[in-house]
Amino acid sequence: MLYERRARVDAQRDTNAPPEDTHLAMHGESHPGYLEYVKIAVILGAITAVEVGVYYVEAIEDLLIPILIALSTVKFALVALWFMHLKFDNRIFSWLFVGGIMLAASVFLVAWTTLDILL
Amino acid sequence: MASAIPEQRPVSIGEALRGLRHEAATYKGILSWIATVDHKRIGVMYGITAFIFFLIGGLEAMVIRIQLAQPNQSVVDPQQYNQIFTMHGTTMIFLVVMPMSAAFFNLMVPLMIGARDVAFPRLNAFSYWVFLLGALFLNFGWITGDIPDSGWFGYAPLSVQSLGHGMDFWMLGLQILGISSMAGGFNFIVTILNMRAPGMSLFRMPVFIWMTLVTSFLIILAMPVITIALFELGFDRFFAANFFNPENGGDPLLWQHLFWLFGHPEVYILILPAMGIVSEILPTFARKPLFGYPFVVFSGILIGFIGWGVWAHHMFTTGLGAPANAAFGVSTMIIAVPTGVKIFNWLGTLWGGSIHLATPLLFAVGMVAMFIIGGLSGVTHAVVPSDFQQQDTYYVVAHFHYVLFGGAIFGLFSGIYYWFSKFTGRMLSEGIGKVHFWLMLAGFNLTFFPHHMLGLLGMPRRIYSYPEGMGWDVYNMISTVGAFVIAASMLVFMFNFIRSIKRGRRASADPWDGRTLEWTIPSPPPPYNFATIPVVHARDEAWHRKYVEDDQGRIVRVPAGAEHDVESHEAAGAEGHHIHMPLPSIFPLIAAIGLPMIAFGLTYYQDTHGEWALPLIPAGVVVLLIGIFGWGLEPEAE
Amino acid sequence: MQHVTPAEHGMETSTGLDNRKLLMWLFLASECLFFGSLVATYLLYKGRSTTPPFPHDTTIAGVEYSGIYDIPFTSVSSFVLLMSSLTMVLALAALQRDNRRAAQVWILATALLGITFLAGQAFEFTEFYHEGLTVSSSVFGSTFFVLTGFHGTHVAVGVLILLSLFVMGLRGRLTSERSLNLELAGLYWHFVDVVWIVIFTFVYLIQ
Ligand SMILES: [Cu+2]
Repeated sequence: MLYERRARVDAQRDTNAPPEDTHLAMHGESHPGYLEYVKIAVILGAITAVEVGVYYVEAIEDLLIPILIALSTVKFALVALWFMHLKFDNRIFSWLFVGGIMLAASVFLVAWTTLDILL
Repeated sequence: MASAIPEQRPVSIGEALRGLRHEAATYKGILSWIATVDHKRIGVMYGITAFIFFLIGGLEAMVIRIQLAQPNQSVVDPQQYNQIFTMHGTTMIFLVVMPMSAAFFNLMVPLMIGARDVAFPRLNAFSYWVFLLGALFLNFGWITGDIPDSGWFGYAPLSVQSLGHGMDFWMLGLQILGISSMAGGFNFIVTILNMRAPGMSLFRMPVFIWMTLVTSFLIILAMPVITIALFELGFDRFFAANFFNPENGGDPLLWQHLFWLFGHPEVYILILPAMGIVSEILPTFARKPLFGYPFVVFSGILIGFIGWGVWAHHMFTTGLGAPANAAFGVSTMIIAVPTGVKIFNWLGTLWGGSIHLATPLLFAVGMVAMFIIGGLSGVTHAVVPSDFQQQDTYYVVAHFHYVLFGGAIFGLFSGIYYWFSKFTGRMLSEGIGKVHFWLMLAGFNLTFFPHHMLGLLGMPRRIYSYPEGMGWDVYNMISTVGAFVIAASMLVFMFNFIRSIKRGRRASADPWDGRTLEWTIPSPPPPYNFATIPVVHARDEAWHRKYVEDDQGRIVRVPAGAEHDVESHEAAGAEGHHIHMPLPSIFPLIAAIGLPMIAFGLTYYQDTHGEWALPLIPAGVVVLLIGIFGWGLEPEAE
Repeated sequence: MQHVTPAEHGMETSTGLDNRKLLMWLFLASECLFFGSLVATYLLYKGRSTTPPFPHDTTIAGVEYSGIYDIPFTSVSSFVLLMSSLTMVLALAALQRDNRRAAQVWILATALLGITFLAGQAFEFTEFYHEGLTVSSSVFGSTFFVLTGFHGTHVAVGVLILLSLFVMGLRGRLTSERSLNLELAGLYWHFVDVVWIVIFTFVYLIQ
């Protein structure tokens, strides 16, 4: 029985060991080039222009808040995914970051609900 | 140090620092402590400092109990009483239970995961020095007479309007301590995730390691909330901002939300390490594996999660409204479920074990029993109508002393009795230890059980005195007598501790027939802990090295078991010389000194009209930067 | 692991992740709670000020007050910070390709854009101060200055880190093998940028 356990353990250990080349692969060709970064920056700039634009359009006043939140979320995601490399990097980093954001968002949503700010 | 520096020739800073590092690396003399980055030494310093503050916080408690022993006493006046209960609570939480837990993280985490040190040894030293200086800053008021007086919870706007510098020391002291806790939290998460010995998968980690991990996550996510709350309080106090000022649209409830958003995860920061310690001790002394390991681990994680959704149970009487009260009442009852799961698993561990009733087990069982009582009274707080009656009465005082003293402190003492030999090479006396345990258990229950009755009889918290004829006299007297019994038990403990360090029985590497990796190395461990990094094949690795099952499924001892391992360790001493350990450094201390300088500047610059206090702020920033840059530029190892 | 060379660094850990990078992401997760608490405070007190100046155009009891925010100005400084994220990521890409000279240029550009943003903030703060907005004048003043000031302090720390890296580069100590230093500084810098994205929307644009 113990022998079996050991065998299982060893197998597991082998799969747990990080593959030698993951680190290099992460810094290798999978990273985007200069041009892609510039493209992202152009999109970011354009979204900012749209944000400021819609701010002055009185016709869509009712929709302003959801539109602005949606646009800033896109900007946030672009920077996090591309510039902070979350799109290419280990998932654990994404979990940590998204976890922090979700925790902060949810506790304060609940807190302000109790203070009748939202409902 | 002087010998390393020739007298005639001017010495460059680099040479002087190199001499300093060599001097400190000898493990001899005061400098080797000041510049140490060894997790074991840092752990010892954490433990001793926390114990000294335990004595100070205990003395404050004695003053409270003497004052309340009889009706209409005036040992202290009302203002002094406010100061003493504020400092008692703040001290016991931030300067005793948290750093004492940090002492165990430091001492045990690398040993239990098979590592030579933590991931960031100098950050670890920084955590300790920041803690020490923050603790001294928080207590500075005892010299100047400006003592914090608005309670450990610092409710605004009372804490904004509190006169003198007392609440400045409290506020900035907690900020400094928060930096220390967070630095430690980051360090232990990285250490646990990244520095495990080969083969130690997450579900082979000892439960104490799991609880350290959960606690560290709670620290790095909850401390920011109180940091911001204190930040806002600071702006209200120093610059007349309006965060908690109702006249200008501010809302004191904001303070309560932020404080308890931190405060409830904080209670798990206080109790989970003790639960981890007990989860190590029960299996060792019942001589069987922890019952339901995955359940214990998952309920610990679940507690960490649900702990974020219950904070408003501290605010039932603030007028949140029925739906919010109901929701938080229910979530608070739900969190009792994983807690109960842990308790049943501990009982299941003891059930049918061949119990060795040594002192560590006595304290561990005491912890479980007292925590059950505290947990049950906690559930009664979750029932909103019941809580309306209990709010701000001694019933609440009874509850949190049962979980924090009966739970955390008993658990930490069980850890001291369990692991003392690992770091001193000697055993604590079992006989004196048992006297200590029974005295402390009796004293504790004498002191705090009557608080349940006092609360139900309507005695409010935080009153400095009370009239006769309320029916409170007898219970208060019993409680005070109990406090003296606890004090006596501490004298017994200190006698045992000091005597055992000098003359205690020599301890083997594995005196308790332990189950985890720390018992496979000598007591005390060499600076590098493991001559060769162990390879882990199972949960309870050390036990599996000592015992196997024979053909009939009986457990038998391996002839060449752990003892052999220890010998090979000592034989590997020569090999140990080739292990490169991180170099000592004085920069963590220098960086840490910058923080109280800034805090003193902020506290005093307004009443000195900027004379000496204002320059202290940029000076502190410069010292902090010198520490950080020196830290970044010096070599980590040779 | 202090006693190994950086190249071996990532390999030795149990998760395969670099210790320092994991530390940085944990720190950023923790930062979410710092800024979350401050933004939540700002939103809680939105519209609760009783004394002018107010952030946006407001009418109270028939009296019209014009808003204090200068949206075009802040849009420009937001754009500056956004572009500093581009120069930051270009610096890292250059260093990882061992193009040290380009990396130095981009690092300096990032720091200068950061300083420009800070100068804009200093200008904005003084303007607001002259119009009567202080930390003590109203809850709007308290929450605005503390939130944006906390963010500005982060930018200033980021500039300090970038300038230190630039000096390291001048001394030839910032090489592609040590690009992790720049990568970590970049993570911090981008985080400060995404926080500003949130602040720009929730504090400035949404009324
Ligand atoms: Cu609570």
